[in-house]
Amino acid sequence: MSLQDAIAVRPVAEALQRAQAGKSYWSRVRERLLADRITMAVMALLASIIVIVLAAPLIATHDPTVGSVFARLKSPGYQGHWLGTDEVGRDLWSRILYGGRLSLLCGVAPVAFALLAGGSLGLLAGYRGGIINSLIMRSMDVLYAFPSILLAIAICGMLGAGLVNTILALTVTFIPPIVRISETVTAQVRSFEFVEAAQASGAKPLSIIRFHILNNVLGPILVYATSLISISIILAAGLSFLGLGITPPDAEWGLMLNNLRQAIWVNPLVAALPGAMIFITSMCFNLVSDGLRSAMDVRI
Amino acid sequence: MSGEVLLEVRNVKRYFPVRGGVLQRKVATVQAVDDISFNVRCGETLGIVGESGCGKSTTARLLMQLLVADAGTITFAGRTVGASGGMDVRDLRRQVQMVFQDSYSSLNPRCTIEDTIAYGPSVHGVGWQAARLRAREMLAKVGLDPALFAARYPHELSGGQRQRVNIARALALEPKLVVLDEPVSALDKSVEAQVLNLLVDLKRDLTLTYVFISHDLNVVQYISDRVLVMYLGKVVEVGSVESIYGSPRHPYTRALLGAKPSMDPDRRSEQVTLTGDPPTPISPPSGCRFHTRCAHAEACCAAVEPPLAGDGDHYSACHMLITGSGHSAAPCIAA
Repeated sequence: MSLQDAIAVRPVAEALQRAQAGKSYWSRVRERLLADRITMAVMALLASIIVIVLAAPLIATHDPTVGSVFARLKSPGYQGHWLGTDEVGRDLWSRILYGGRLSLLCGVAPVAFALLAGGSLGLLAGYRGGIINSLIMRSMDVLYAFPSILLAIAICGMLGAGLVNTILALTVTFIPPIVRISETVTAQVRSFEFVEAAQASGAKPLSIIRFHILNNVLGPILVYATSLISISIILAAGLSFLGLGITPPDAEWGLMLNNLRQAIWVNPLVAALPGAMIFITSMCFNLVSDGLRSAMDVRI
Repeated sequence: MSGEVLLEVRNVKRYFPVRGGVLQRKVATVQAVDDISFNVRCGETLGIVGESGCGKSTTARLLMQLLVADAGTITFAGRTVGASGGMDVRDLRRQVQMVFQDSYSSLNPRCTIEDTIAYGPSVHGVGWQAARLRAREMLAKVGLDPALFAARYPHELSGGQRQRVNIARALALEPKLVVLDEPVSALDKSVEAQVLNLLVDLKRDLTLTYVFISHDLNVVQYISDRVLVMYLGKVVEVGSVESIYGSPRHPYTRALLGAKPSMDPDRRSEQVTLTGDPPTPISPPSGCRFHTRCAHAEACCAAVEPPLAGDGDHYSACHMLITGSGHSAAPCIAA
């Protein structure tokens, strides 16, 4: 390479560097996420489901709780019922919309609460180690001893059916696995020398956690929590199915699936609809968490 | 080179408990650093050498107060660390900084180089913008173009570049003393030479004092003014680099130097070299800790622990050098 060439190449390289300069880790993650077409498509689908469900009062064609004995288990398209009717003649389209509100709430709220509580507990356990770690982790092991669905059933059975109790039961169910993930990742990050270097520069623990631990731990915990949302929807559906979650006549996908299951021989298409919605929504959350995982991997 | 004493370490001990069983009972102790004393003088480079497991890195962490000593005192610039009226740990950590061995795990993979370096000054109250400017200044000082490197992440750098960043981070706090814990061990030879020369230049330009820990005798000889030899948590010999390398007194030091590879195949060392691994520091040998591997060991070596003794600037802990120690090779009582 001649000197002229070298001089000509340099500004290009520098401009490239400058274009990347000043970008934080999270803005790089966003960039990678935007470039991932599948994840973006799934996110768009998920967003539209959420928007439609939130707009239920505006776009529902019927009252979700009023049925007609003369219009039971009709196929889609019957007399203005786009998706047909359920076993007591209620409009399925409206019930799917309103049911989605509760199902999504039962999916997101417990995970969000568990993320907050479990994430902080795990962070504390992983960072401090020693006796505090043993205390927190051993009490989580007690909760871990139950299979998650059994724990949720036990708590719900104790507190009684209802939306708030369902969310509470699921939150308690999800805290132990989130604590465990958070503790493991934190303890691993804590052992790296950059944490020691931060201590050596005179930083206090809270500052170290904020600046050095959180940005390394948040990714894995967030990805794991996102994958729990679909499980939460299914568990909530299971609780409703058992009569412990949402109570009739409120619509909820799991409850609807339970009620319509007897109609599977009469009108299978109608009976499968709530199940299909649970499936699609869970898949969306799973795919988004996969996309997040690869976007957050800094080395790709 | 003999300035005033900057750092004084007196009788510092650090034992680690070994826990076992369900109840995590203490079943044994590792005597990682056992009663060591030394001085670091203003403006010098003190090299610390020894086999792996002899307590070099524990010593470094004790100096930084990353580990708290079980006993003994550390005095920096005349102020005892942690004592009432002395120096608090936070203040010490501004005056003393450390460069770690593993250049990869010592940089946060989620932080840009600039932020990593700026973090230290920001902890000590420098505004974030000013700290970033300082970071860029430090990058230039360690030979990395700030325009190219400031916004990069550690995985985008080579090992040598990362170690330069580590050095920049340590120097960003304007320390007086820098503890270098095997700073070049993970680098290949050509990069090692560059980083060593950088360290020498920085020391001259910024009037620094170094404690340089390494197991590489050539590197220590190149960079040090004085050398301290450690064995199983004890100081066995300390002296100027010329006297240690020119006329080593302790059998362990002689064995170490004898094991140093010679560049000339015709002049291979004829001296006795060490065999086997050092004994475990969980239950170290009685008396002189080296007596189990020493060619000159006698009864007195297993019974009595030799103190550091010597003249002027060269001290060693061996019964063969102590008058009246009972060792057959010990000097006779002068007439």
